[in-house]
Amino acid sequence: MANFYTDNEDIKFLFKHFDMKRLAKLQEEDFRFAKEFDFAPVDEADALDNYERILKTVGQLMAEEIAPSAEETDKVGNTLNDDGSVTYAPGIANAIKRLGQADMMGFTLPYRFGGINCPQLVYTMSNDMVSRADASLMNVYGLQGIAETVNHFASEEIKRDYLPDMASGKHTGAMVLTEPDAGSDLQAVKVVAYQDEDGQWRVHGVKRFITNGCGEILLVLARSEPEISDGRGLSLLLVERGPTVKIRRLENKLGIHGSPTCEIYFDHTPAKLIGERQRGLITYVMSLMNGARIGIAAQGVGIGEAAFRVARAYANSRKQFDTAIENFPAVRELLVNMSVDVQAARTLNYYATFCVDLEIGSLKRIELPHVSDDEKKTLRKDARSLGRYNKMLTPMAKYYGSEMSMRVSNDSMAVLGGSGYMRDYPVERHLRDSRITTIYEGTSQLQVVAAIAGVVSGTAANVLEELLNRTWPDTVAPLIVQIREGVAIMNECIEFVKSQPGTAYRDLYARKLVDIALYLIVGTLFCDQATASDVKLAVARYWLTWRMPEIRSNRERIFSRNQSAVDDFAILAGPVPVSE
Amino acid sequence: MPYNCVVCVKQVPDTKRITGEAMTPEGTVNRAALPAIFNPEDLNALEEALAVRELFGGTVTVVTMGLPTACAVLREPLARGADRVVLITDRRAAASDTLATSYILSCAIKKMKADIVLCGRPALDGDTAQVGPQLAEKLGLPLITYVEQLVGLKDGVLHVRRNIGNGWEEVSCRLPALLTVMETANVPRPPAVRRLMKTKKARCVAEVAKAVEDQMPAAAPEAKAAETKKRADELAKAGLLIEQWTLDDIQADLTWCGKSGSPTKVHRIQAVVLTGGEYHEYPPTDDGAAQLISALIEDHTIG
Repeated sequence: MANFYTDNEDIKFLFKHFDMKRLAKLQEEDFRFAKEFDFAPVDEADALDNYERILKTVGQLMAEEIAPSAEETDKVGNTLNDDGSVTYAPGIANAIKRLGQADMMGFTLPYRFGGINCPQLVYTMSNDMVSRADASLMNVYGLQGIAETVNHFASEEIKRDYLPDMASGKHTGAMVLTEPDAGSDLQAVKVVAYQDEDGQWRVHGVKRFITNGCGEILLVLARSEPEISDGRGLSLLLVERGPTVKIRRLENKLGIHGSPTCEIYFDHTPAKLIGERQRGLITYVMSLMNGARIGIAAQGVGIGEAAFRVARAYANSRKQFDTAIENFPAVRELLVNMSVDVQAARTLNYYATFCVDLEIGSLKRIELPHVSDDEKKTLRKDARSLGRYNKMLTPMAKYYGSEMSMRVSNDSMAVLGGSGYMRDYPVERHLRDSRITTIYEGTSQLQVVAAIAGVVSGTAANVLEELLNRTWPDTVAPLIVQIREGVAIMNECIEFVKSQPGTAYRDLYARKLVDIALYLIVGTLFCDQATASDVKLAVARYWLTWRMPEIRSNRERIFSRNQSAVDDFAILAGPVPVSE
Repeated sequence: MPYNCVVCVKQVPDTKRITGEAMTPEGTVNRAALPAIFNPEDLNALEEALAVRELFGGTVTVVTMGLPTACAVLREPLARGADRVVLITDRRAAASDTLATSYILSCAIKKMKADIVLCGRPALDGDTAQVGPQLAEKLGLPLITYVEQLVGLKDGVLHVRRNIGNGWEEVSCRLPALLTVMETANVPRPPAVRRLMKTKKARCVAEVAKAVEDQMPAAAPEAKAAETKKRADELAKAGLLIEQWTLDDIQADLTWCGKSGSPTKVHRIQAVVLTGGEYHEYPPTDDGAAQLISALIEDHTIG
C-alpha cells in the first residue's frame, strides 16, 4: 500500500528527532483527558503511538486515494451554480468526506468537541502530506485554524453549537478577511457589522478572494465601530451560510484549482459576535497568524516534495547520450539542491511549529490547578521568549517554504525539460500551484517585514545561541565553526544596518539580512540532526557549502551603502507605461 | 429494517513483497518471511457491510480463523467501525485447507444471527476463492459471487449487481445470503482515528497470556494465570477483549477440521517460467479463422 508517511524518510526522521514526548505531555495536560475519554492516551508512549498511527492513516489516504485524483481536480475545478451554491470538484468532495470519516477535520480541537487534540507539529506533518497529494486540498483541510479560533475566543455556547460539526467534516469554514481595497492592509476593511433594532448583529458588504467562501461557517472581519477607521474598529463575527450570503463569483486562477476562491456579498446577514468587539483584527486575526503561516509553509513543503520526486524519478529513467540524465553533473546539482532545499524548508517549518506548540502548551499549563507557583513563573518566562521566537520563526518558515516550492517546482521542470512543460506530467501543476504560496497569508515581502524585526532586535541571535550552546561531536564541530563565523557576520550586518539613519535602509536590505539569519538557523538545525544521522551530516555539509558564500555576499551588499533602488527609482524603473 | 452482517476476513502474507524466501522447502508459504497484512478484498467486503449498516442499521461482526497474531486483522475492522470481532483459534485447526476452513467458519457463523455473510472474493495467498462458496454450501445459503454493487435492499430482499467477466448482471435474492465481494465494489473507508486510538489496545486472551509470559517469565504458572485473568477482565470492562473461540466453543466435529478434514495435499511446487515459442499467423478471413479454430482444438487449447 502506498503511503506518504512511510515512504518519506525525512518526515519519519523528524518525527523521531523532535521531542514529541514533551509536546504530548503539554498537549494532553499531563494525560488528564484519559479519565474522561477512553481513547485518549494515558502516557507519552501511548500518545506518540497515536500520532504515528494518525500520520500513517493520513499518509495512506493521501497516497492511495487523493494523489490519484489531483490531476482531475486540477482539470475540473469547482463550479458556481446558478443558485449561488458551489459544487466542489469530485476529488475534493470525496477528500472532505474521507477526512471526516477518519476524524481528521478536528485535528487540533479538544476531544470534547470531537477533535483528536494533536499538537500543531503533527497537524503540520499531515498538512505536508496533504499538500504533496493535492496542494489545493490543503486550502480546505488547512483551514482548521478557523475552528481553533472559535475554540480560543468564542463563547461556550458558540463552541458547542459549531465545533462538533466542523470536527466531523460535516461543515467546513472560511476566514473572510480580504476586500477589494483591503488586501495586505487589513486595517482598511469596509464591510460593516451592526446591531439591528432587536440587537441582532448583521454584516453587510462585499468580500473577495475568499478561500472556501462557500463553506458553512464563515468568520467575517467587519467594521463594528464606524467612527474608528483603523484596525481597532474591527470585530470578528461568525456567519452561517444562508440565503443572504451570496457567492457572486468564483475566481479563475493560475493554480490550486480544487480550492474555491469566492467573492461574497453579505446582504445584511445575521451574525454572531466572536469574543469582544474591536478585538477582531488586533487580537483574534493576529492570533491566527502563526498557524496560518506554518500551514502555508507546509503547503510549500508538500508541493516541493511532490515536484522533487517527479524530477528524481525522471532523471533516473530518462536516457540521453546513452546514459541516464542523472549522471550529468548539471542535473545532479539541480536534484541535490532541490532535495536539500525541501529538507531545509521542512526543518525550519517543523522547528517553528515545535516552538509554537511549546508556547501554546506553556500558556495552557499555567492554567492547570496542580502546577506550582514556581513552575508557573518559569512557564510565563518561557512563553514570553517563545512568543518572540515565533513572531520571527513563523514568517521565516512561511517565506522560505513558499519560495522553496517555487524554486523546486521550477527546477523540477528544468529536469524534465519539454516533457515537464506538457500537461502529461504533474510538474506544471506543481509549478502553478506553488505560485500562490508566496502571495496569500501575507506575501514574501510582508513575511520579511515581520521577520526582520526579530533579526535586528537580537531574537535570531538568541535562537542561534540556544541551539549552538552544547557540546558537539567531532564530526559536526567543524561545521559549527563555520556557523559561528556566520553568526559574527550576521551581528556585524545588524549593527551596520542599525547605524544607518531612518528605516529605509533596513527595509531595503531586510531580505538579505533575514536570509543570513535563516540560513544559519537551518544550518544549526541540520547540525543538530547530523548528530543522529549520517544522511543529515552530508546534508548539513552541503547546506553550508551552498549558503556560506551567499551569507558573505549578502554582507558585501549590505555594507555597500547602495540605495539606488530607492534613490534612483525614477531613472532605473523608467516612466509608468501608458496604455494606448 | 436492520440487518446483521458477518464478514469473514483473513490475515495473509503480503505477496506483493515477495522475496527468495517466500516458500519453505516443504512447498508451503513461508509466513515468517513476508509481512502479514489484511487480505485486501476482505476490506471491500467489510466496507460493504459497514455501508449496509449505515443505510439500514444492524450490526457488523467480523470473524477470522488463525493464530492469535491474526488479531491484527480484527483490530483494523474495529477501527473502521465493526461492532464485534471474533477470533477462532485452536491448534487442532492447523493445516486446514479451504474445505476445513469453510467448515470451521460455518460452525462459528451458525452461532451468530447473520442476515448477510460477506467474504472478499479471493485471498491474496492461496488465490482459490473457494472458502466463500464452500461456506455458503455448508450454511445452506444462496451464494452470489463477484458482487460489485449493492443496488437495493428492501424487506429482506437483496438486489445486487455482479461482474460476470464480460459484463454484469443484476440478481435478487431473499436473505439470508452469502456474497463474495470484488475489489471494484468500493473504496474502503479509512479507519476513524478516535476509534483507532482506543481499539489499538484490543487483545484476545491468548495475546494477553503471551504478553504476561514475556513480561514475567520467572513467575509461577498460577501467578501468570491470575495476571492474565486480571488484565483480560480489565480489557473486557473497557470493551476491548477480543472474543476468542476454540473448536469446542463452536461444536465443530474434529474429523472435519485441521489436517484430517483437509483433502488438499501439496504434491510438489514447480517454478513455471513462460517463454515465447514459435507462432503461426492466420489470415483474417473466414478460412483463416477456421484454420485457427482447428489448430486450437488439435492443441487442446479449446474443445
